[in-house]
Amino acid sequence: MHMADALISPVVGGTMLIATAGVAAYSIKKIQNDMDEKKIPLMGVLGAFVFAAQMINFSIPATGSSGHIGGGLLLAILLGPYAGFLTMGSILLIQALFFGDGGLLAYGCNVFNLGFFTCFLAYPLVYKWITRKGCTAKNIFVGSMITAVIGLQMGAFCVVLETFLSGKTELPFGTFVLLMQPIHLAIGVVEGLVTAAVVTYVWKARPEILEKAFIGEALGSIQIKKVVTGFLIAILIVGGAFSWFASANPDGLEWSMEKTAGTTELAAPNGIHQVLAAIQSKTAFLPDYSFKSNESGDAEKAVIQEEEAWPAVKAGTSVSGIVGGTLTLALAGFIGLVISIVKSKKRKIIASVE
Amino acid sequence: MFNMVNSIYNMRLLDDLARKETTIHKIHPLVKLLTTLVYVTAVVSYGKYEISSLLPYVFYPVLIFAFAELPLVPIMKRVLLVQPLIIGIGILNPVFDNYTVMLSGMAISRGWITFLSILIKSGLTVTVSILLIATTGMDKLALALRMLRIPKIFVLQLLLTYRYISVLIEEVLRMMRAYSLRAPRQKGIHRSVWGSLAGQLILRTFERAQRIYQSMSLRGFEGEYNTGEPTPVSFRDCIYLVGWNLFFIIARIYNIPMLIGLLITGVIK
Repeated sequence: MHMADALISPVVGGTMLIATAGVAAYSIKKIQNDMDEKKIPLMGVLGAFVFAAQMINFSIPATGSSGHIGGGLLLAILLGPYAGFLTMGSILLIQALFFGDGGLLAYGCNVFNLGFFTCFLAYPLVYKWITRKGCTAKNIFVGSMITAVIGLQMGAFCVVLETFLSGKTELPFGTFVLLMQPIHLAIGVVEGLVTAAVVTYVWKARPEILEKAFIGEALGSIQIKKVVTGFLIAILIVGGAFSWFASANPDGLEWSMEKTAGTTELAAPNGIHQVLAAIQSKTAFLPDYSFKSNESGDAEKAVIQEEEAWPAVKAGTSVSGIVGGTLTLALAGFIGLVISIVKSKKRKIIASVE
Repeated sequence: MFNMVNSIYNMRLLDDLARKETTIHKIHPLVKLLTTLVYVTAVVSYGKYEISSLLPYVFYPVLIFAFAELPLVPIMKRVLLVQPLIIGIGILNPVFDNYTVMLSGMAISRGWITFLSILIKSGLTVTVSILLIATTGMDKLALALRMLRIPKIFVLQLLLTYRYISVLIEEVLRMMRAYSLRAPRQKGIHRSVWGSLAGQLILRTFERAQRIYQSMSLRGFEGEYNTGEPTPVSFRDCIYLVGWNLFFIIARIYNIPMLIGLLITGVIK
């Protein structure tokens, strides 16, 4: 469920980075108040634990397949929401840097999708409510199960939303939702089952670990409201400012055009297409997509040029584009090769001198 | 289990590479971080039909590879490992967008163009993220994060997580080996030991964290992680930063391959 840089737009990535930074700053402020420095190593090592635990394959009964955990819920239960969120943030940063899972620009999206919903919505509102009268094996099971499923469903929906707003894929919104939600229902069930088993075991063996986390981060309803409102305000301001800024320059315009045009296109498979096409031709804001299918190839090309800066401006220039592109790549490769050869020769000379 | 060994190998490899002392490695970590961020943003800001104008961005990773003397194969292998995910989502583009366009007399579905564009972007962005860590290393990157005013709690636990990943993966590896010897022909961990296996690991982790904390206290840890004096940004670093950013901006505004192509085809005519 990691989002990649290639699938998001700078506006979506930037907005989510700022939103994540806001939640992280709030979390840090919260844990600084009630935390001894003892918890920093605990957070660090538990982060490494989740990383390692993600590689354990748990066989899923009656399916013949196996799955692994994401660990967001486990972190929230063991560390509380604030420290859990921050730990998730460091795991995702390491994954992005060392393994290319997710990306630097998509980092905000990923921390938000995988950390925020589980730690700040599902955990305090669902898990804590279900286990409010104390832990029992049944409470832990039901709580983990529902919390994991809800957290992942929200995260998965957010992935779809971010991808859709970025407009890099042609995947229709509805199809994408129908694809993502059931998959993440299954993933959520596995996550819930494993988390429940693990938490129950820890609760039986060392109950004080869970109690500490439970009492230490008592989370009132007011604070959660604060987080959510703060976040909504931040996203409105940042998103608004970004899109205003973006639309002030041509790239941003391209972006918004692409997005608007994308919407009509995405609606094509449903029968709303005609309605939208009619509205569009009347408003004539983007008089292109709807005519595409009835016109000749040349017109199509013109349409695409309008819709976005299509590289081939005139007939024949596409040849130049291909020639130039190939040359650019060849040049880059050649320069790289020359530098490497020169450097390795230098190394050899130094080695022979020594 | 191959997965785990592979992960440890990958992290150690990047660690080793980061210890080199080439021109690129000596550049200030903050400068490299910022350049990478600008690069990723610039690449991602391209529209979905653009391919040729994206190509000059290949120069950045190529030059880093060459100047930092990094091995091409293991890093590109890592990049390729991530691609199936992107292909999985991107391959649906040709399915949903099959309007054909004419490209130098050849009819091509627009979906394939957007797919190719996504593929190139993903290749570039993933490569430069890995190159950043391969030329900087985690400790120096943490220093850069501190210079960006990222709170020390976060940076500290990031470093600790990073430090203990290989330790805990090795621990998991031992547990899995012990399990697989006692449970042959099992595909994954059986449901009856889900809780005890991972739960044991948690208990061990808690105990380990306690020991780590104790030894940190004995060595004078009081909530502060000393990464050393932040090195100042030198003139050379500034040149590096400005130079690359200028290149990214120029490449973003002008379609350089198109200009080269026009020149060449013009000369031929």
